[in-house]
Formats: sequence, C-alpha cells, structure tokens
Amino acid sequence: MKSEMDPAIRFSAVTKVFGRIRAVESLDFIAPTGAVTVLLGPNGAGKTTTVRLTTGALVADRGNIEVLGLHPKTDGDEVRRRTGVVPPKPAFYDQLTGWENLQFAARIFAGTDASAYEAAERFAIEDALDQEVGGYSTGMRTRLALARAVIHDPEVLLLDEPTAGLDPESARNVLNLIAELASKGRSIVLCTHLLHEAEGIADHVVLMSEGHARVAGPPKELASRYMPDPIIIFDAENRHSLNQLAEFEGVIDVQWNGGIHATLKDLDRLPDLIADLVDGGARLTRVEPLVPTLEELYFEMQRSHEEQDV
Amino acid sequence: MSWSHVMAMAGADLRRLFKSKDYWIPLMLMAGLFFVIIPFFSLSMIGSLENTQFVDQVTQIVGQLPDSVSRAVSGETATARASYVVAVFLLAPIAIIVPLTISAAVGSNAIVGERERGTGEFLAHSPLKTSEIYIGKLIASLVPGYLATFVGFSLYAVIVNLTVGPSLGGWFFPTKGWLVLILWVIPPFIAIALSLILRLSARVRSAAAAQQASSLVTLPIIIVSYAVAAGVVASPDASGLWVGAVAWVIAGLLITRGAKTLQRDRLLGVASEV
Repeated sequence: MKSEMDPAIRFSAVTKVFGRIRAVESLDFIAPTGAVTVLLGPNGAGKTTTVRLTTGALVADRGNIEVLGLHPKTDGDEVRRRTGVVPPKPAFYDQLTGWENLQFAARIFAGTDASAYEAAERFAIEDALDQEVGGYSTGMRTRLALARAVIHDPEVLLLDEPTAGLDPESARNVLNLIAELASKGRSIVLCTHLLHEAEGIADHVVLMSEGHARVAGPPKELASRYMPDPIIIFDAENRHSLNQLAEFEGVIDVQWNGGIHATLKDLDRLPDLIADLVDGGARLTRVEPLVPTLEELYFEMQRSHEEQDV
Repeated sequence: MSWSHVMAMAGADLRRLFKSKDYWIPLMLMAGLFFVIIPFFSLSMIGSLENTQFVDQVTQIVGQLPDSVSRAVSGETATARASYVVAVFLLAPIAIIVPLTISAAVGSNAIVGERERGTGEFLAHSPLKTSEIYIGKLIASLVPGYLATFVGFSLYAVIVNLTVGPSLGGWFFPTKGWLVLILWVIPPFIAIALSLILRLSARVRSAAAAQQASSLVTLPIIIVSYAVAAGVVASPDASGLWVGAVAWVIAGLLITRGAKTLQRDRLLGVASEV
C-alpha cells in the first residue's frame, strides 16, 4: 500500500547493460512525491536509460525499481498509464496534423480524445493544431510533446532534456510551464545537463555520472554539505581597501570574482568584519551572503568526488 | 488486448499512409498497370487475332489439360477459348503479386520505421501492449493489400467482361475459382507474409534492410501462391477451400506468435545489439 510519504520513484541498486556498455550501474535514488527532481549529469551519464527504465520501456538487468508503488517490470501498463514522458527529441507522425497526433495519444492514454484540445490550450499550441507536424518549429514540437505528455493528467512526468534545441525564450517558456505543473503537485523528473535550467525549479537534485548517482538531495542540503562555510560578497568604491580582508581573523579564503568572495569560519564574525573594514577606510557598496548556484554546487560536488576517487 | 488501442494504432498508421502520396501513387500505378492496362491490351489483342500460331498453341495446351479443367474453358471459337484461358488462368498470379507487394511495402517499414523516426519512443512509453502495436500494424498493412485485391479485381472483372465477354455470350467473370481465390485464399497468404515481415521489421536496424529482408519472405510466398492460385482457379471446388483453410490456420498461428514476440525495447532502437 502506497502512502503519501512514499517517493514517487525509487531506484535500488539498478543496473542496465547494453553489450559492453554499462548504461546505469548500481543506481540508487529517489524522486520525492510532488517535487521536481533534477537528474543532473553530462551526456552519457545514464539519464535517458533511467527514464526508459522508469516506465518499463527497458527492463533492468539487476536491482529494483518502484514507481508509484508499482514495479515497471510486472506492472508496466499501469505505470505507463500513470506517467507522461517528453523524450529528448520529441518525434511525431509528421504527415499528421497536431490534432491527429494528440488525438492518437489521447485515445491510447485516456481512451477518449476529450482532453486533447485542453492539453493543447495549456501549452498554447491550439492555433497550430490543423497544421501538419512536419512543418512545426522545434519550439512548437516541444510544446506539442508537453501537451501529449500531460493529456491523461499523469501523476509522474518524466522530462528528458525538454529544452534541447530551443532558443532561450522558448526554453524559458518551457521551464515556466514545468514550474507551473510542479506547483499543481505533479511529481516531475527533469533530466538535463544544463545547470542553469535546473536552477530555481529543483526541489531535489541527483547528480549522475557514468551510470551512478553520485550525490542526491535537496539543493540547500547539498549546499550545506558541500559548501558548509558561509561566503560573503563584498564590494567597495575604493576596492583596494578590501585587500586587508584576507588578513582578518575568521576569514578562511578570499577570491576576486566581480566583488570579493570571502569565505568565513562563522557568520557571527560578520558585524566585526564590517566594522573593521569601515575603520580601515573602506567605503562599502555591497555586503551580501552568497547563495550557491546549482552550477557552483555542481562543480564543488564534482571536485569533492574527484578528490575522493583519487 | 484492447481493441480500441489496436484500432487507434491501425488508424494512425492508415491515416499517415493515405496522406503519403509519394508512397501510394506508385503503388496505384502498379496496380493499374497489372489490373487494367496489361489485361486490356493483351485481351484486346488476342480478341483481334484469328487462326494465328498463338491461338493454335493455346488450343493445343487446353487440349492437354485434365478433362475437368479443359471442360471449364468456355468459347465457341479458338480465339474465344484462347481469350478465356488468358483472362482466367494466365493472369491469376497477379491476384497474389500486386496485393502482396503493396502490403509488404507497408509492413516492412512498420516497426523499424517507428525506430527510425523516433516515434517508437512514444509507443514504448505508452500503455499500448506490444501485442496491440503488432496487431494494429498488421491491420494497417493488410488493409492496403486487401483493398488492392478487391478494387483491383473489380476493375479487372470489368475489363475482362468488356473485352472477352461479347465473344463468350456475356459477362462470365469472376468465375467460381476466382471468387474462392479472392475471398478465401489470397487474404491468408497476405497475412502469412505480413506476419513474417513484421517480425523482420522488428529485428532489423534500418528500413532499407527491412525492405531487403521482406523480399526474402515475399518471393517464396509469391512462388508458392502462384502455384496455388493457378491450381485453385483451375479446380476451385474442394482444393481451394482446403488450401484456404490451411493457409488461415498457418496465418493465425504466425500472427499469434508474432504478437507475443515483439519486445518493447525494439521500439527504442537500443535493443541488445547496442
């Protein structure tokens, strides 16, 4: 029996091998229910295979997978009925119109095409429904793919590089649409190698590399784990006055990066630090705590794991 | 198995097919050539011949046929009898070749085409069972072949009756043997060929390879069915019914087995060869 607290997806020691290629190996991760989980990793990390294993399109060689409390290997039809997928390069029957493609999907997933137009409206593609999909732009195809994926109101949405090939504006629109779906309580898994894409919408991050989940958790938790010391950004009208920072007690590290990024032992030292700087003649224009971006976190995590591997 | 799923799959494929003019126009031309143009010119030409070597040869051949067959050859004059032989016996194999070629062309691309286009990814993630995909695609491949059979032979009947009918005392085509052939024998032969072609389509890596491989299946079946078609037309009674019955059983077995063997990962193009 599935409870509210169970994760939407749970991979336990999952391995999938294609010939000599180990696409995923001993993969463990969870995607919490009602959250946006971002599978982050370079190309070839095993993200697409993970999506395919999730719906049962591929069957794992070893390990256990649970989706909504079901096993894709044995309950694949039910899992696929309750999930929606946007593949990396959404493909359609190009000779058919957008409406005919949506109608086909609706009949398969929902048994009726009643929801097809509503799905198209949701992603603002309804005006192009009578055109053949072969004439669609990449952005229109992505929006049609999103409409197709939510046509049956799935509980889990798997988005594999949904912004691949899109211009920045279309990509931003797609991410906004994903955020909107997340706000309505869907469990979303977003696969991407673009760190800025995951920024701001990730509730849970799984860092993948070479088929493994290297690290997983909410971004804040990962930040406190991998970047535990507070970093403060300083700037001043007379920047040379900030040179003295490195010599102050409680300052671990100082780096120039636009302003000065000063790593402190403890935030409690900050008032004294500001007072000392002002006393030393600094005319401060900026004192701001650094909230690490996912990109900074990603590279910190990578660095940490490379050190461990060594 | 959900028939609404099967029909959704078949419907999408058929709709796509009928929108692809570059696919069906050549096939229509081929059907027109074999069912209308060649019969019209050849029968018109024979009808205009009197006491030529060709008519003599046909008359001799008819004389050497078994009594049951030669009795079936109608016509008062040698030319009329020659026309009857060509119209009813000689062109019988077309009954198989044209619809089988049309269906094979559709079927060979059915599953590997999904992989090549990338649409197989959608099907693999959908709640469609693999058996529903297989049967849906089988239906979508059978329909053009069956349509070609019925429309083609209707046209062929008109051509034959208009060109040969007047010398044989009126409309005589289709004969009993042709009806058995069209309604009972050809359909299972097309189904047998397609059940095998779809399995090949799921295993090969490209549409081009699928077309090559399908010819390996289609050619032997054309040869077998050529002989069967000629035999059924010549002797339509019990033999035609038995041949058809056996072919339906074989088709049923192959389709059932084919529906069970399609693997979902074959739709993704990442099966074990990767």
